[in-house]
Amino acid sequence: MKPSRRVTIVASTLLVICLTASVLLLRTIDRERTGATLEEVLYVSSPTLLKRMSLGYDGLLADVYWTRAVQYFGDKLNRGSEHFDLLAPLLEITTTLDPHLMVAYEYGANFLAPEIPGGAGQPERAIKLVEFGIRNNPNVWRLYYDLGFIYYFDLEDYDKAEKAFADGAKLPNTHQIMPLMAAKMAEHAGNIDTARLMWMTTFQTTRDPNVKSNAVAHLNALQVDQDVTILERLTSKYREKTGHLPQTFSDLEAANLLRGIPVDPLGHTYKLMPDGRVEVRVPDDLPFIVKGIPVGYIPPRIPKLPPVN
Amino acid sequence: MSGRIVYIASNTFREAVRDRVLYNLIAFALLMSGAAILVGQISIGIERLVVINLGLTAVSLFGIVIAIFIGIGLVSKEIDRKTLYTVLSRPVQRWEFIVGKFFGLAGTLIVNAFFMALGVFAALFYVSRHFQATDGWVLVALYFIILQFLIITSLALLFSSFSSPLLSAVFAFALFIIGTFAEDLRGFASLTKGIVRWLATAAAYLVPNFSALNVISSVAHEQPVARQLIISNTAYALVYASVALCGAVLIFERRNLK
Repeated sequence: MKPSRRVTIVASTLLVICLTASVLLLRTIDRERTGATLEEVLYVSSPTLLKRMSLGYDGLLADVYWTRAVQYFGDKLNRGSEHFDLLAPLLEITTTLDPHLMVAYEYGANFLAPEIPGGAGQPERAIKLVEFGIRNNPNVWRLYYDLGFIYYFDLEDYDKAEKAFADGAKLPNTHQIMPLMAAKMAEHAGNIDTARLMWMTTFQTTRDPNVKSNAVAHLNALQVDQDVTILERLTSKYREKTGHLPQTFSDLEAANLLRGIPVDPLGHTYKLMPDGRVEVRVPDDLPFIVKGIPVGYIPPRIPKLPPVN
Repeated sequence: MSGRIVYIASNTFREAVRDRVLYNLIAFALLMSGAAILVGQISIGIERLVVINLGLTAVSLFGIVIAIFIGIGLVSKEIDRKTLYTVLSRPVQRWEFIVGKFFGLAGTLIVNAFFMALGVFAALFYVSRHFQATDGWVLVALYFIILQFLIITSLALLFSSFSSPLLSAVFAFALFIIGTFAEDLRGFASLTKGIVRWLATAAAYLVPNFSALNVISSVAHEQPVARQLIISNTAYALVYASVALCGAVLIFERRNLK
């Protein structure tokens, strides 16, 4: 064998072995450094300083920080963590670097404000974030919607929610939902239809799959809450009529109180308990429900969000 | 290591010294002494932090620039001067030439980094008047910087084995920048789906990971570096440099030098 051929074979073999080893080693390093990058990047926690340091490439840096924010929240959520301390600074840095990155404000409204475990439980920081967005993008109706959304769901401050929707409704390119939401806040704040309308609007207007999935989970939960309320009311009615509780949903059907066996939004039949309560069969698949929860049920640390196609 | 490789390596080192590469130490010394005096005057409580951050960043950047600009000329300069033919007409194999050049430049960079490290510690002593146990982590950060030099030197050699010096410099710099964001690149890849995810992940693993080798910020904040990370990073840098060197050898073996 020629020496040059021998060198080629040895070098090629070594290259493949080393390349494989480098990938394996990198995976080991990644495991050892979980979260290290984020902690390190926040040594420079001033968004303004970072903007200056980016030397004009602030758009690209904003994209990098945006990805870091999404990854950070996703990783923490998947690990069932109850601390999301870096989400707010990461979103603040992202939006300071690129104040027109709408998806970051939307993400803040949907995941920074809600209570743990579905969010970071920091509605005040979320409001600051969205208000910063409004100052920089005063003509974007979506930001007023996000602001009203936080006031409505997370702070239950219906006056401020109404003001946010009303301000957004005055914009020339506003969405038809905005004046409707302002009116609903004034009249029927707190009812289930208003909440459903808001989540439906979020679902229809967002392009972020995480926000979409979150909206679907909330819409399912609202449906369950409404179903359980109605079914339990029917059970009471049956009791008034017959003097005893129904054994199954078929009893309600036979009494002409119900048409068919009721199912939850995921297609599972509801359970009618001997004491007349109604429970869902798979509570793990229905995060955020407040009614129909089985007695003694402990929800998983990680809310199971539905996949969105 | 064969005697021929040692000979080529020592010649490369001598040539770098003759080319006044080590003159950058003067600029570095001026920078560090100026920074130490300035920081001592204006910083309140963060003198050590500033000196470590500035010092280690300067060591890294000076070294990377030297590694790239010397590395890209290691092969092409020998061809231009026709000295390569003299070397290869002797019983020296092409792979020995590449490996020797690599060790020569790596040696130059290590010597350079050693003197710069002395400068960093001198400035550190000047601003705080004493050393403390956590300063030992600065040595780890310096060690990681040297590992970065090994990777970038091997990459510069790889590019110079088939491309012009200018393009080699562009490629090496680009890879350095991309490698600095390697972890973010893998983050981007994880957000994609299907074939795009597969391709993006492959690309993310193919570029050198410089972010894991940069612990400047954490040591400046007196945070320890895990022993396992030191071992993994050492293994990774050696393995990755070997990949690039094997690539350089394979290309150079087949290159027509007539």
